[in-house]
Amino acid sequence: MTTSPSSGDTVISEKLRSFIGLESIAVMYEIERHAVQRFACAIGDTNPLYTDREFAQATSYGGVIAPPTFLRSLLPGDYPKLYPEPFAHILDGGSKYRYNEPVRVGDRITVVRKISDLFEKHGRMGTMLFKISEINYTNQESRLVAVQTTTTITYGMGEKDSGVGDH
Amino acid sequence: MAITKSVSELISLMFEDVAIGDELPEIVKKPDTRQLVMYAGASQDFVAIHYDQNVAQEAGHPKVIIHGALKSAWLGQLVTTWMGVNGRLLELDVSYRAIDFPGETLTCIGKVIDTRIEDGVGLVELEIGLNNSEGASSTPGRALVSLPTRAAN
Repeated sequence: MTTSPSSGDTVISEKLRSFIGLESIAVMYEIERHAVQRFACAIGDTNPLYTDREFAQATSYGGVIAPPTFLRSLLPGDYPKLYPEPFAHILDGGSKYRYNEPVRVGDRITVVRKISDLFEKHGRMGTMLFKISEINYTNQESRLVAVQTTTTITYGMGEKDSGVGDH
Repeated sequence: MAITKSVSELISLMFEDVAIGDELPEIVKKPDTRQLVMYAGASQDFVAIHYDQNVAQEAGHPKVIIHGALKSAWLGQLVTTWMGVNGRLLELDVSYRAIDFPGETLTCIGKVIDTRIEDGVGLVELEIGLNNSEGASSTPGRALVSLPTRAAN
């Protein structure tokens, strides 16, 4: 796999590049205990910190918290303009989480995403677009509780899979 | 090292109890397509390569694939189960180097690669990852946690 030269045949148009640094429309989520419970159940994590109020209250957390990657369920909003996704298929490249504090049941978490980088590579699947996004999660007391940096890979022509462009 | 202790048993894991080279109790996952659907619903990730065979094949996969973020969730579980309720997860980095499929047996592993005290806080750095049925690492990562110190008590 090699990084493409910045020649004329790039998929990263001026229009696409204009999304770097642009913030998504802020979305606020109220963290509801059944949503946390469903997430813990879906990943198969039986830690009582996520479900058992009495247990959680007796710990240093003082109450029920969400699993670390529950943040994934708090989808960022759209960008103020339509993101011109050039490809049909999507793959998740990975995530880096930085936590200042846990998300608690009852929190109101505001989510804002922005693209920090766009680059392309050429490989087995043809040209692939790599999108690095930084997602900030801020609580009701204006404290930044966590940041997730994601790598999203898109590739291939044809009809877009449902969900492509949302991530 | 494959015994998973309950959270309450690990309630008192202290910084001084941890040494470089320590291995975390493994967590073994055998996901089926039902779990992928549960995760899709719980995480609001409805990308169809995780539940629709045709869409997965059009995207170049032999069959539906496991959400990368579900693998991250399992690695988060590996670390938080080990550190117990007095630890704090500070950093979790996961790379999806290879795709994994429902029906496989996936093993989450981790080991301590550094311990240090910064500003009175006990920090432990971990190398973590997920091995597929063949024992190959598909999903390497790292984590940083803080643990209470006896010195501070």
